[in-house]
Parts: sequence; C-alpha cells; structure tokens
Amino acid sequence: MATADPQSDSFEELAMPLFDQLYNFAHWLTQNREEAEDLVQETYMKALRGFSSFQLGTNFRAWIYRILRNTFLTSRTGLRATSTVPLDQEEDALELAVETETPETILLTRSSSQLVQNAIDGLPVHYREALLLCEVEEMSYQEIAETLSIPVGTVMSRLSRARRSLRQLLGRTLKPQEEISAAEAERGRDYGL
Amino acid sequence: MVCESWKAQLDKYLDGELSPDDMRAFDAHVRGCSACSTDALSRVQIKRAIQVAGKRFTPSAEFRRRVQGSITAKPKRTLRLGWMFAAASMALLAIAAFLFTYVGGRSGREHVYSEIADLHVATLASSAPVDVVSTDRHTVKPWFQGKIPFSFDLPELQNSGFVLLGGRMAYVEQTPGAQLIYDIRKHHISVFVFQERSLPTRLQDNSRSSKELSFNLETWSQSGLRYFLIGDANAADIDSLAKLFKAE
Repeated sequence: MATADPQSDSFEELAMPLFDQLYNFAHWLTQNREEAEDLVQETYMKALRGFSSFQLGTNFRAWIYRILRNTFLTSRTGLRATSTVPLDQEEDALELAVETETPETILLTRSSSQLVQNAIDGLPVHYREALLLCEVEEMSYQEIAETLSIPVGTVMSRLSRARRSLRQLLGRTLKPQEEISAAEAERGRDYGL
Repeated sequence: MVCESWKAQLDKYLDGELSPDDMRAFDAHVRGCSACSTDALSRVQIKRAIQVAGKRFTPSAEFRRRVQGSITAKPKRTLRLGWMFAAASMALLAIAAFLFTYVGGRSGREHVYSEIADLHVATLASSAPVDVVSTDRHTVKPWFQGKIPFSFDLPELQNSGFVLLGGRMAYVEQTPGAQLIYDIRKHHISVFVFQERSLPTRLQDNSRSSKELSFNLETWSQSGLRYFLIGDANAADIDSLAKLFKAE
C-alpha cells in the first residue's frame, strides 16, 4: 500500500513561492529565456530529488539557489560564462572616494532601468550573481556565502568589485550619451532649432 | 583622509551587515559627515536602481504550470491516487453488490410474505376455506398425497389449545404447497408448507418472525421444507404453534 508523501507537499510549499525569483535569477545568469526555463526546471527536479537530504529548519532559499547556481555552472552556458572570468583578486584595494560627477549622480536625474540592466548584463557572471543576490534577493552576506559556497570575505570583495565595475560600466554608458546630447544640442543650434 | 576607515565599511553599513553597535555609530557619523552622507546617498540610489532593474524577468504562466505539474504529479502520488481510485471502485462495487443483494433479497422476501398474507386472507374470506375438513391430522395429511411433491408431519395438538380445521392446496410463486388452517380462541392461523428448493425466492434467513399487514408471521426452514405461519393471533400463539411443528 502506498503511503502519503508529506515531503512532496512541504517541498512544494517551500519551493513554489520562490519560483518567480529563481526564474529571474536564472534568466540573469543564462541571459536567455529558453535556457532559463531549462535551468529552473532542472533545479526543481534536482531539488525535489535531493529534498530528503535538505534539513528542515535550515535555509531553504540558500539551498535551492545553490542548486540552481551549481546547475548553471556545469551547463554549457555556465562554463562559457565562467571561463572568461579572470581569477578573483579577492583582497581588493579600497575603493577611491567618489568623484564629483559619478554614475550615481547621473542616475539621480536620468534614472533608467534599461541602462542599469545593460550594465548588470555586462558584468562578469561571478559579480553579477553576487550583486543580484544581495540587491534583488536581499540575501545577507552569510546567505550569499552559503549559496555561492564561498567565504563571507569573498562575498564582500565580489560585491565591492561588482559595484565598482557597475559604476564604471554605467559611467561609460552615460557619459557618451551626455556628450551625444550636448552634440545634438549643438547641432540643433546650428540648424536654428 | 579622515573618513577612509568609515568608507571602507560603507557598503556593509548600507547592506545592514554591521553589528547593532556599529550601525548606531555609523548613523551618528553619517549625520555629521557631509562627505560620507553624500557617498552613502549615491550608493543607496544605485542600490535602489539595481533592485528595480534586477527584477526584470517574469516566467510565463505556462512554464509555471509545467514545473508545478512536474513536482506535484509524482509517481508516488499517482500511485496513491491509483490506490484511492481502486479503493473507491471496490467500495462502489461492494455497495452495489450489497444493495443488489439486500434490496433484491428484501423485495423478493417482501413479495413472498405479501403472497402468503394474501393467500391467508383469501382463504378466510372464502365460503369454503378448506378442501379437507377435518380436525384429525391423520385425515388431513393423507389428503395431500399425490397433490404435492413432498410429505410433511402434522403435530399432536393435545392440550395445546389449537384446533386443526382442515387443509387445502396453495400456490406461492407458482410453487404448489399445503395450507393448513388452525384455530385458537376464535383466531385462525394458516400454516403453509412448501418445498424449499422449489421456491424461486431464496429466503436467506432461516428463521424469522415479523408482522406483515398487521398479521403475525413466522417462517423457518426444516428438512428441506419452508414453513410459513400467519394469522391475526398474537405472536406468542403463532410461536407456540411453530414450536409444535418444529418438534415434529
């Protein structure tokens, strides 16, 4: 006689509320809808199979994100994405003080999700994932460390480098636009507009 | 730069990763330091921008259903549903079989009882209720010879209060049998005797007393014969006569 399967119920209860977030994260990693769907599907299957090894009461979110991220790393897209990332220099120098004209100040007046999205897309995958887990998933450093299987110190240095890289990417994106705008304004004057 | 040590902690501060004491100390510093507050403000703005921009991709409803289905429609659960279905089917079959037997049996039984009661009433209403008029069992019993395909014994009624009035042929469900009329204190009781295996309706209960159309009825099976006693006498009298027959 088959018995009830309470584990399946509790897995569903724990896993399905994270579905949208996991998909969002998967899409950020794979940068492709189909691959994101495959990744999420595989993550859920792996998590369900391994759910008996998950200890109830511990951090389920970090556990399932770790499965997703490890699955991604072993995928073709994941291997390609990570093979281009240079070894982290984890003990990074301190960031310099903010300049007068910073990407943030530009964003203050010209906030654009598209620009930020493009900048996040341009980050190496190790920075991108740490940054998204921190800012979008609002994970603690400890949770991120669990998810990425790295020490908390490494989480901090990756976040720091991710933020600096993002600022640089945004700066490159925004500044030429500033110049273009200025050039267009100049042209407009030439044409008597 | 005086704020260097603070700035090194700025991200941790904004990420809420400092200890409560350090958070309070940082709060106090940021309020008093324009360089750090400006830096903090710009970092908060970029954090917010990432937060908004980061929530970018939404799964389709179809994909959600697919994943949901794949984690809920597990073999175990299918098996469980299968078992539930099988159990439900078995239960339905059992109920149907029970109803068929019970209702069928019950309706068959009711039908026989109804016929017995009708016969009893018709006999009493008849101007010639009995074909063999005799109080002597040794006269009545031989009268049935050659008329019915079985033989039966009639009890000795001495000191019982019962008087044999006579007998006649009876048919229940196209089955021939004997009908005997007894009297006790002006009440008439019919005793029907049939060959058990000849009756189309199987009366599951071997022995039964009941009230049919306000008549008291008792029935039992004995030596391959089915006996019915019916009359408006009280149940105790019916039972007494039944005991006399059973003793034979």
